[in-house]
Amino acid sequence: MTYLESLMTTFAVDLSLRPTTFDLWHVCLAGTVVVLMAVLILLLLVMLLSRSRYKKEINTKTIQPIQPIEPVVKIVEKIIEVEKIVQAPIPEPVILKEYTPDAALQMLGLLQKEARFIDFLKEDITAYNDADIGAAARVVHEGCNKAVNEHFSLAPIRNEQEGSNITVPIGFDASAIRLTGNIVGIAPFTGSLIHKGWQVTEVRLPKLTQGHNPNIVAAAEIEL
Amino acid sequence: MNSPNPQRFTVGIDLGTTHCVMSYADLTNLENDEFLQHVMPIPQLSAPGMVDDYLQLPSFIYQAHEAELAEGVAALPWTNKPLHLVGEIARNLGSKTPIRLVSSAKSWLCHSDIDCKAPLLPTGAPEEVERISPFQATVAYLQHLKSAWQHQHPDTPLEQQDVVITVPASFDPAARELTVEAAKNVGLGHAILLEEPQAALYSWIEKNHNNWRKQVHVGDIILVIDIGGGTTDLSLIAVTQKDGNLEFNRVAIGDHILLGGDNMDLALAYTVKAKLETEDKLLQPWQFQALTHSCRDAKEKLLTNMTMDVAPIIIANRGSSLIGGTLRTELTRAEVNNTLVDGFLPQVSASAKPVFRARTGLRTPGLPYAQDAGITRHLAAFLAKQQNATGELEDIKLAKNATFIHPTAVLFNGGVLKADSLANRLMNVLNGWLQDEQAPPARLLSGNDLDLAVARGAAYYGFVRKGKGVRIKGGAAASYYVGIESAMPSVPGIPPEIQALCIAPFGMEEGTQQELSNEEFGLVIGEPVRFRFFASTTRREDRVGTRLNRWNRDELSELAEIEVTLDKEGRRAGEVVPVHLCAAVTEVGTLELQAVSQKDNAHWKIEFDVRSGE
Repeated sequence: MTYLESLMTTFAVDLSLRPTTFDLWHVCLAGTVVVLMAVLILLLLVMLLSRSRYKKEINTKTIQPIQPIEPVVKIVEKIIEVEKIVQAPIPEPVILKEYTPDAALQMLGLLQKEARFIDFLKEDITAYNDADIGAAARVVHEGCNKAVNEHFSLAPIRNEQEGSNITVPIGFDASAIRLTGNIVGIAPFTGSLIHKGWQVTEVRLPKLTQGHNPNIVAAAEIEL
Repeated sequence: MNSPNPQRFTVGIDLGTTHCVMSYADLTNLENDEFLQHVMPIPQLSAPGMVDDYLQLPSFIYQAHEAELAEGVAALPWTNKPLHLVGEIARNLGSKTPIRLVSSAKSWLCHSDIDCKAPLLPTGAPEEVERISPFQATVAYLQHLKSAWQHQHPDTPLEQQDVVITVPASFDPAARELTVEAAKNVGLGHAILLEEPQAALYSWIEKNHNNWRKQVHVGDIILVIDIGGGTTDLSLIAVTQKDGNLEFNRVAIGDHILLGGDNMDLALAYTVKAKLETEDKLLQPWQFQALTHSCRDAKEKLLTNMTMDVAPIIIANRGSSLIGGTLRTELTRAEVNNTLVDGFLPQVSASAKPVFRARTGLRTPGLPYAQDAGITRHLAAFLAKQQNATGELEDIKLAKNATFIHPTAVLFNGGVLKADSLANRLMNVLNGWLQDEQAPPARLLSGNDLDLAVARGAAYYGFVRKGKGVRIKGGAAASYYVGIESAMPSVPGIPPEIQALCIAPFGMEEGTQQELSNEEFGLVIGEPVRFRFFASTTRREDRVGTRLNRWNRDELSELAEIEVTLDKEGRRAGEVVPVHLCAAVTEVGTLELQAVSQKDNAHWKIEFDVRSGE
C-alpha cells in the first residue's frame, strides 16, 4: 500500500487541470489514438469489401437461370474450369497399352485351322450326347495342343511338385507369383504351391504377308 | 571376330522325296577342329498369307489356279511372287485339291522310262493344269532353299560356300547328273553329291566324335537302313585299317526301292476304311484323305507309347458343324502290328526274296513302286546278293558257311524307324538270321536324329573334305557296261545277241578316268548313236574292257539308253569316225562318258538323259 499511496501522492489526478504545453506523454498518447483509428478503419474497409464480394456471387447465382445466354456468365464458368485444372496435377498419367488386333486374330485363325476352335464354340452342344461331344473334343484338344506347341514354348514357373511347401524370398516377382490366403507379415513367405504356373518362353507366330486379311479366321470353302 | 577372310560355311542339303533339310557349319576356324553345326529354319508359306519357319521343307509344289489365291498372299520374305508354291502350303492346299499337287518328283528322276525334263507332273491332272517336269520341281526346291539361305545370310552367298547335296545311293548316273544340273540351274554348279546312307554315317561320326572309335572296330560291316517317306535305301560300309588308321569303305548299295513311311500310312488307312465299311460307313474321298492323316498320328502314338492299346481316330465334318458330322473309329495295337510290323517287316528267313507279281490294284500311274511291301524280304535279298561284297578287303573275314553277308553293326535313318516297335522288329529279324548262322548279333549304332541326320552328315562331309576327320571311300556305286551287238548273221525274229562291255568298274574313285582305247567303234558324223547301258552292283571283279557274253538276270540291270551325237563341225556329214569310249568319275560324284576320236583326240559327251523324243 505504501508504494501505491506514494504513487498517488506523486501523480495525483486533478481533472480540473488542463495541459498548457505538449509533453512527451501526450504526444505518444495522441499517436496511439491515430494508429488505433487507422487500424479500425482498415478492418472496417476489409470487412466491407469482402461482404460486397460475397454479395456479388450470390447475385450471379440468382441471375443465372434468368439470363443463361449472358456472356458474362460464360466467362465465370470458364474461370471455374481453370480452377479444376489447377487442382489436378498430383496423379501420374496412366498409359494403358493397346495392342493391334492382328496377333489375336491370327491366333484365332490358327486355333480354328488346327482345332476347329470357333466351330466348336459356336455350335449349340445341348442337342448332342456326351459321346458325340467327346469325339469332337478330341479334335479340338489335339488341334489346340498342336497349335500352341507349334507357336509357343511353355514352361512352368515353379518346378516343384504342386502341394509342396515353398518359400518365397524377399523381393520376389509379384507378377510371376501370386500370394493368396493368409497374407500377413513380411517376406520371406512360406506356403503351399497350389498351381505351378505357366510362362511363355518363346513365341513363334507366323509372319503375315501384305495381302493377308487377318479378320478372315476361316475362309468359306466351296468344292467344285 | 574381325577375321580378314569372309566367313565360309559348309552347307548340307538333303533333297528328300518328301522333305528337304538344310544344315550348315562355319569353316572359318578350321584349325580348332571344332565343328558347330546348325539346322537352318526354312521360311515357307504354311497357308495363304502366312509365313512360318520350319526345319523341314516339304518337297511338294502346288500349281494354284489363277483365281485361287488373293493378291499378295503368296509373298515370301525374299520375293513378292514366287514362281512356284513350295513347301507346307503346297502340301496343305494339295491335300484338298490333289489334282494340282506335284509330289515325289525325286522318284521320277530315277525313272528309266520317261524324260525327266518333260512337263508331266502332276500326273493325271486335267488338261488345263500347268505341268512341270520332275527336273523343274527339283530346281524349284533348290531355288527355295537357296533364297532362304540368302535371306538369312545376306553377306555370304551360297554360291561361295561349300555345298553338298545328298542323293540316294541307288540313284543311277542319269539321276545324279540331273541333280547336279538342277543345282547348276540355281547357280550351285560347284555342289558335290553324297549318298544319303553315307551322310547318315557321317552324322553319326560327328555326333559321337569323342567315342565313335570305341564303337566300331576293324572288321566291322555296318549296314545302313534308311527308310524315308517314299524310299528305302540300303548300303553296306566296311571298316578296315590302313597304316594303323580306321578306314570306311562303302562296299555295296541296294536297289532303288520305292517303299516308305507313306505306304505305311496308306496301308493303315485302307485297314481302317475296310473296318468302317463293314459297319456300313462308306467314306468319301475327302474323308479318306483325313483318315490317312489321322492314321499317321494314331500310329505314332501307338508305336511310341507301349501302354496304349487303342488310339481313337476322328474324322471331323468339313462343314462348320463339328460335332454333328464327326465320324469316330479307332485304331488298335493289333491292327498296327498286323499291318505295319507284320505287313512291312515280316519275320522271314534269310533266304527270302521279294515277291514279284502282275501289277493290279491301286497305284499312281507311272512310278515303279515296290511290289512287295515286305522290307525284310528286300533286306534279305540285298544281304544275300551282296554276300561277296567285302571279298577284296583283307580285314573282313566272312564265316565259311554264311549264305549272306553278316553285318556286325546297324545304323538306322529315316523317320519311320523312330518308332521303337518297327526298329526293334527289324533288329530282331536281322539278329535271328545271324543267330541261325552262329554269327554274333549286330549292334545298333544310336544317337542320330533320324529326320535331320542326312543334312547334318552332308554338312559334316564338307568339313571332312577339308582333311578333317575320317572319310568314307565310295567311288562309283556300281560297275557300268555298254551293250554291243555281237557280229553274227542275223536270224529273223531273234534279236541279235548282245555283249556287255565294262566301261567303269565298281568303286572307281572320284577324280579318275579310264579309257577303253583298244575297243574301237565307228560312229557316223551327224547321226545320233545309242548304246544300251547296264549297271551291276555285284560284279566287282570286272575291269575296264571286260566283255560279258552272258550274265544272270539279277547281276546286271538295264538302265536308260545313252546317246552320243558327233557334231558336224569341220567334218563331212556321213563320215565315219573311229572312236573309243572313256569313262570318268568326277569330283562332284557323277559318271561322265565320252567318245574320243582315235584320229585327232576330239571329245564328244555321251548323254544319259536321252529319254526324251521316245
